This record gives sequence, C-alpha cells and structure tokens, in this order.
Amino acid sequence: MTSTKTKLGMPFFLVSPSVLLLLMWMIVPLSMTIYFSTIRYNLLYPDDNGFIGLENFEFFIDDPGFLPGMLNTGLLVGFTLLITTVLGVLISVLVNRPFWGRGIVRIMLISPFFIMPTVNALVWKNLLLHPVSGVFAAVWNFFGAQPIDWLTEYPLTSIIMIVSWQWLPFAILILMTAMQSLDQEQQEAARLDGASPFAIFRYLTLPHLSRPIAVVVMIETIFLLSIFAEIFTTTGGGPGYDTTNLAYLIYTQALLQFDVGLASAGGLIAVLLANVAAFFLVRMVGKNMTDA
Amino acid sequence: MFSIKNKEFLITVVIGALSWLVALLIFFPIFWMFLTSFKTEIDAFATPPTLFFTPTLENYTLINERSDYWHFAWNSVVTSLGSTFIGMVIAIPAAYSMAFFETKRTKTTLLWMLSTKMLPAVGVLVPIYLLFKDFGLLDTKTGLIIIFTLVNLPIMVWMSYTYFKEIPKEILEAGRMDGANVLQEIFKILLPMSKGGLAATVLLSLIFSWNEAFWSLNLTAFEAAPLSALVASYSSPEGLFWAKLSAVSTLACAPILIFGWLCQKQLVRGLSFGAVK
Repeated sequence: MTSTKTKLGMPFFLVSPSVLLLLMWMIVPLSMTIYFSTIRYNLLYPDDNGFIGLENFEFFIDDPGFLPGMLNTGLLVGFTLLITTVLGVLISVLVNRPFWGRGIVRIMLISPFFIMPTVNALVWKNLLLHPVSGVFAAVWNFFGAQPIDWLTEYPLTSIIMIVSWQWLPFAILILMTAMQSLDQEQQEAARLDGASPFAIFRYLTLPHLSRPIAVVVMIETIFLLSIFAEIFTTTGGGPGYDTTNLAYLIYTQALLQFDVGLASAGGLIAVLLANVAAFFLVRMVGKNMTDA
Repeated sequence: MFSIKNKEFLITVVIGALSWLVALLIFFPIFWMFLTSFKTEIDAFATPPTLFFTPTLENYTLINERSDYWHFAWNSVVTSLGSTFIGMVIAIPAAYSMAFFETKRTKTTLLWMLSTKMLPAVGVLVPIYLLFKDFGLLDTKTGLIIIFTLVNLPIMVWMSYTYFKEIPKEILEAGRMDGANVLQEIFKILLPMSKGGLAATVLLSLIFSWNEAFWSLNLTAFEAAPLSALVASYSSPEGLFWAKLSAVSTLACAPILIFGWLCQKQLVRGLSFGAVK
C-alpha cells in the first residue's frame, strides 16, 4: 500500500516546485498589473490614484501608436519567421554533404546566435547600415548606386534584417541536426529511380523537416513577439511609429510618460494577444512536439 | 565527357564553395566588429571602410580605464551560471516525473509552462520593479538570478522532458527492481543517459542569460550590472565612438562566443527539442 501511495505522491511532489514558481511568476505580477490597469497611476502625480474602470484600456487602444504597433508586431514576427525558416532549410540542405572545411563553415553559420541582441543591433546600425561609412554604403557605392539610409528610409525592413540575422543561426542549428537523421539510403534509392533533386527535396527532405520546422516556428515566435532590445538600440520605435511594436509601445508609455496605469493596460492587451498566438501555435505545432 | 566520379567531384566543389560564401556572409558582421575594435576612431569612420590599417590596442586600454570590465564580466558569469544551475535543479525533477509518470494533465502543464514565456516582459516590468524595490533586490545579483531562472525555466523543463522521453521506461524499472530509489534513478541512470541533451539545455540557458538585456538594463544600475549593461553604456554617440563600441562589444561577446564554439558539437547534436526522430 505505501508503495502505491509514494508512487502517486512523488511525481506531483517533483513537478510542483517548477509549477509553483511559474504560477507565482505569472500570477503575482499579472494580478498587480490588472489592479494597476484599473486605477489612475501616473508616477508624476503619485497622490492621484482613483479607480477609473476601463479608461486606461480605452486610452491605450485610442493611442495613435496602437494600430501601427499591432501591425508592426505581426509584420516583424511573420517576415522574420519566413526568412529564417526558408533560408534555414536551404542552408542546412546545402551544408549537409561533406566538403572541405565543413566544421568551420558550421561554426561561422551559427555564430550570430551567441551575439547579444544589443551588440547585434549596435553593430548593424553603426558599422553596417550607416549611410556614409557603413559597409552596405560602400558596397552600394562600389556598384555605382546611391547608398541607402536604411534605418530612416526602410526602418522596419532594417529591423527585420537585423532580427533575422540573429535568429537564422537558430533555425540552421535545429534544421542541421534534423538533416543528419535523414535517411540517406532512401534518398539514394530515389535518385537511382530517376527522381529529380527537386522532387527529392520536395517529397523526402521537406516532410522529414516538418517537425523541426514546427519547433523553430514555435520557439522563435515566443521570442519575436516581445522583441525589444533591437528596436531600443536602433530606431527607438521611429520614425513616427514605423518600428514601434507592442512591447516598445508599452515601454514608451510606462517609462517615458510615467503612466503605469496606461502601460499596465497595454501590458494586459499584450498578454492577451500572446495567449491568442500561443493558442493557435499550440494547435498548429504543439501536437508535433509533445508526441516525442 | 565527365565521368560520374568527376561530376560528383564537381558538385562537391560547387556546394563547398557556395557554403563557404554563405558562411562568410553570415559571419561578416562579427568579423567586422572584431576588426573595427583594433582601428583608431578615424580609421573606423573612414569612407569607404578600410580593410588595411595599423592595428592599435588603444580602445581596449581606454575601456579598461573608463570602466572595470572584470566587474561586469564577473556579474555575467555569476548570474548566468547561478540561474542555470538553480533552473536545472528545479527542472530535472519536474521533467523526470512528467516523462515517466505521465498523466492526462502533463501535456497541458508543459504547454502552459511554455506559454508563460510569451508573457511580454514589458507588461510586468512595473510590478516586478516595485516588488524588487520592496524586497531590496534591485541591483543585486540575487535578483537577476531569480529573474533569469524564471525566464528560462519553461525551456529547461521542456527540453529535459524531451530527452527523458527518449529513454525506455524499462531501464528505469529494471533499476527500481534492483532497489534504486528516486535519487539514484535520477543520478545513476537518467543523467548519464541523457547527458548530451542536458548539456545542450545548460548551454542554451547560459547563452540566453548571458545575452539578456531587458531585465538587466531595467533592474540593475552598477553593482549587479552584467556585460549587456556595459555595452549599452557605450551605445550613445559621444563624438567618434565606433572603435570603442566595437572593442567593448567584442569583450562582451567573446567569452560566450568562444564557449559556444567549443561546445558547438554538443549544441548541434543536442538541440533537437525532441523534433528529430
């Protein structure tokens, strides 16, 4: 009898620390945020803390930055996912066959993943994209084209480029691992049967990669939804609201306008959206991953 | 006429060359940052950018005079290692029981854990800041370790879970027959069998903690400020600053980059997230 009892109690006992910690991590700040979002709470007027119901939410949604913020969040996540998975698949297929110096090539390919987002953004902004002395400008000049002021003329594109550079190695890392478990004999057999390289890629390689791709999409989405450092260090959300995503919009309200109430309302909206995204992601890829 | 062998050789050469080209392009920003850190500010700002110049160490000496690199580096090391260690101690038992005593709720719990990662940090910055102030955790390494542990815990639990799932239940049962208790099961059977995967988990957590910027910038001032905060302090232009910025960036990234290079085999093999079968 005692043995069955411990068997039932022990797993619960082992899981509970992490569940409890994460529950606290979610519930304590979240309930504080909910409370703050219903009161007037501006650090500039600390004594004026009346209950105002949903006014903060109205203000946040009416904010001129709200719609661009939503749109930019979607564009940033969508395009970065697209770029990193497509390039990730192509590159991991490319480097799958042995060739001279493959070890070094691999190390170079995954290196950007180890670089801090802040450093990444600063290096791109100053050393690469600078319209006068940047490397891109030099390349444009070399081909006789007019250098582009990337961060001013194509701010969101630049941010997507910077973020994609950071996350492409992650996609490569996971897809490269997956390629190694690809059935070589099957590929060889298909080739001998006269299948074109494209057909092999389409009907053998891609299906094999579908699960790792789902993992890449899931993990990247989690991180990309709340991109902050890259925007903070390059464009500061501008020009206008061109590169303001939801996370950055909340930041400007909380820390630049000192309006904790408004920022909390925005935070809750972001949490809500994250949950919607999580719901769809889990339905799309969750099954793939827990069936390990 | 090419023979088949020649054709094969040609394909290998083309693929090799193309791979090198792609890799060099992707690596270029890091190389350029490293190179620029040895330039004078004048060279760093030259148009067009110069590839050949007289290297100088003045940026590095200047940074060491202006700010104590080792102070920030030590904070990074302590917070990354500390949070990763505590996180693993909490995550492994959880993953163990989820993988081997699965119930109806296991998958829901696991996905719920992951979804807590989608909680936007900015959304809860103010409450966390106020709590930290009340508990005296602002600008302390303990505070950062707590935050990093919580932020990385879901990924650690999930990754460990996927590695444990690959171990046949029978092996554990055999161990239990031989009289192994839970701790022995975990330490003598589970950990050795999944050490590759767990190493990758540890690596990933170290990388994420080392590179974290949002919480580090908002919750620390100087005492507990890690390298990401040091870099941020060099980010605003004050005259010519590119070479100094490159030098401080190189200093901040070098430890984790070299560490990553040394462990890349582990990473490539271990980062399957249970997706590779």
